[in-house]
Amino acid sequence: MVVAAARALAGVQRVFVGVGMPNVACNLARHTVSPELELVYESGVYGARPDRLPLSIGDPTLVTGSTATVSMADLFALYLQAGHIDVAFLGGAQIDRFGNLNTTVIGDYRSPKVRLPGSGGAAEIATSARSVFVMMRLSPRSFVETLDFVTSPGHLTGGEARADLGLPGAGPELVVSDLALFDFANPEREMQLTSLHRGVTRDQARAAVGWKLRAAGVVAETPEPTPEELHLLREVLDPGGLYSR
Amino acid sequence: MAEAVAEFVHDGESLAIEGFTAFICFAAGHEVIRQQRRDLTLIRMTPDAIYDQMVAAGVASGLVFSYLGNPGVGPLHCIRRAVEKGVPRRLEVEEWSHGGMVARYLAGASGLPFYPLRSYAGTDLPAVNPLIRFIDDPYGSQPIAVVPPLMPDVAILHAQRADAEGNTHLWGLVGVQKEVAFAAQKVVVVVEEVVPAEVIRSDPNRTLIPGFKVDAVVLEPYGAHPSYVQGFYDRDNEFYLEWNRVSRDPETTEMWLEEWVYGVADRAAYLAKLGGGVRERLRPRPEPAAAVDYGRYP
Repeated sequence: MVVAAARALAGVQRVFVGVGMPNVACNLARHTVSPELELVYESGVYGARPDRLPLSIGDPTLVTGSTATVSMADLFALYLQAGHIDVAFLGGAQIDRFGNLNTTVIGDYRSPKVRLPGSGGAAEIATSARSVFVMMRLSPRSFVETLDFVTSPGHLTGGEARADLGLPGAGPELVVSDLALFDFANPEREMQLTSLHRGVTRDQARAAVGWKLRAAGVVAETPEPTPEELHLLREVLDPGGLYSR
Repeated sequence: MAEAVAEFVHDGESLAIEGFTAFICFAAGHEVIRQQRRDLTLIRMTPDAIYDQMVAAGVASGLVFSYLGNPGVGPLHCIRRAVEKGVPRRLEVEEWSHGGMVARYLAGASGLPFYPLRSYAGTDLPAVNPLIRFIDDPYGSQPIAVVPPLMPDVAILHAQRADAEGNTHLWGLVGVQKEVAFAAQKVVVVVEEVVPAEVIRSDPNRTLIPGFKVDAVVLEPYGAHPSYVQGFYDRDNEFYLEWNRVSRDPETTEMWLEEWVYGVADRAAYLAKLGGGVRERLRPRPEPAAAVDYGRYP
């Protein structure tokens, strides 16, 4: 999952990173397909070079040795809103077929069954990043027909809805899961299966999604991680196996 | 600290102890708990463990926020209990996004009636937060979201150093410290060091908060623990993981507050209890910046 996300960052210059799997994926990409990749954190860091795997996006190791550390006002306005972030990673408790995300509540907002963390920077990121990659584990509890709450706008109701509303970024373009890969490359902007990981069948992927899953014309098999990628992950970047197992 | 909290933090008012992961003045939060303030509206972008503790202690009736997580670890269990079950008491929440709160502080700091930002279109947040409005771009055709100013009654802001007048130097993740200082009615700055004015004047680009906006300066070394101050001490990530465990249960939470907040007179006592081992673990190696020469001009 981490390796697939890293490979998708080929040629990307500025990526907005959260902690966890996206962070490891971005660092792997810097060592492989995208040596020019600069890591941007919503806490106010451009060009982070952390000495250790950060627990949070505000870790002091992100600041020391970074290219620029700026105020959050500058980060959100000049770096993100002005359109300089090529790719941003997002995830969520729920995603629907158009890539809209819920990180706010399960159940009713006023008396929620589960109160989730809320947007943080996600609403702005989903609006203004030039492209969004989603990393989430595939399950029918997460990939749902209807979100309980729309926190981050994806392709909204599909088709041209996003462009009509004037959202500057292109929205979600890739979904990386533990079983398969998806994109939104059809006129309806609906999530479609593009690649199954080794040993995963179409039926398994369909069963793990809460709507009638669409497939691209050609569904590939996701290439396995190379020994080099595995070495980097397991020995160098994430030896504790916190995120890459 | 006790004097500053007694003078500037009052029941029923709004309080912002800001800092984005860094510079969070836990020492102030604990003193507010000890002085048993009530009915506060707590304002922070990410409430963090500090407001989780303060909500558990019953000081808050309201919360203004944009992210309810224990960063990198999981949810804020005490706040979640308050929102889901009204324990220890009902909590009125006003929910934004990070960009929205930054924009609100900017409006409050710069005397503007509102601030525009590219967000909220296509989301459900405006339906539950009527303070988020949309106006037509007066020069164009697309609507854009606007948010109202945020001006806390009092802000308590941690930093590396200030002079006795409150002119404050800050470096690292400066977050919204400057904006909040300008937006708040009353400002208490808490620092690791009080330095002579000449030190401040030697690097004026680094003075983010001018003394005229500061009502009190409190010297409180290690005042941000378990949060951190760039160059002085590390974030206590172990504590945040431990807090995740402690805060799941109201009883262990109460025991923690008894031991670490009510059971210590002040931050100095807290530090003595914390012990030298923790401080050693959190000590960074030095990494000074390249020197900057402003020049002196005849």
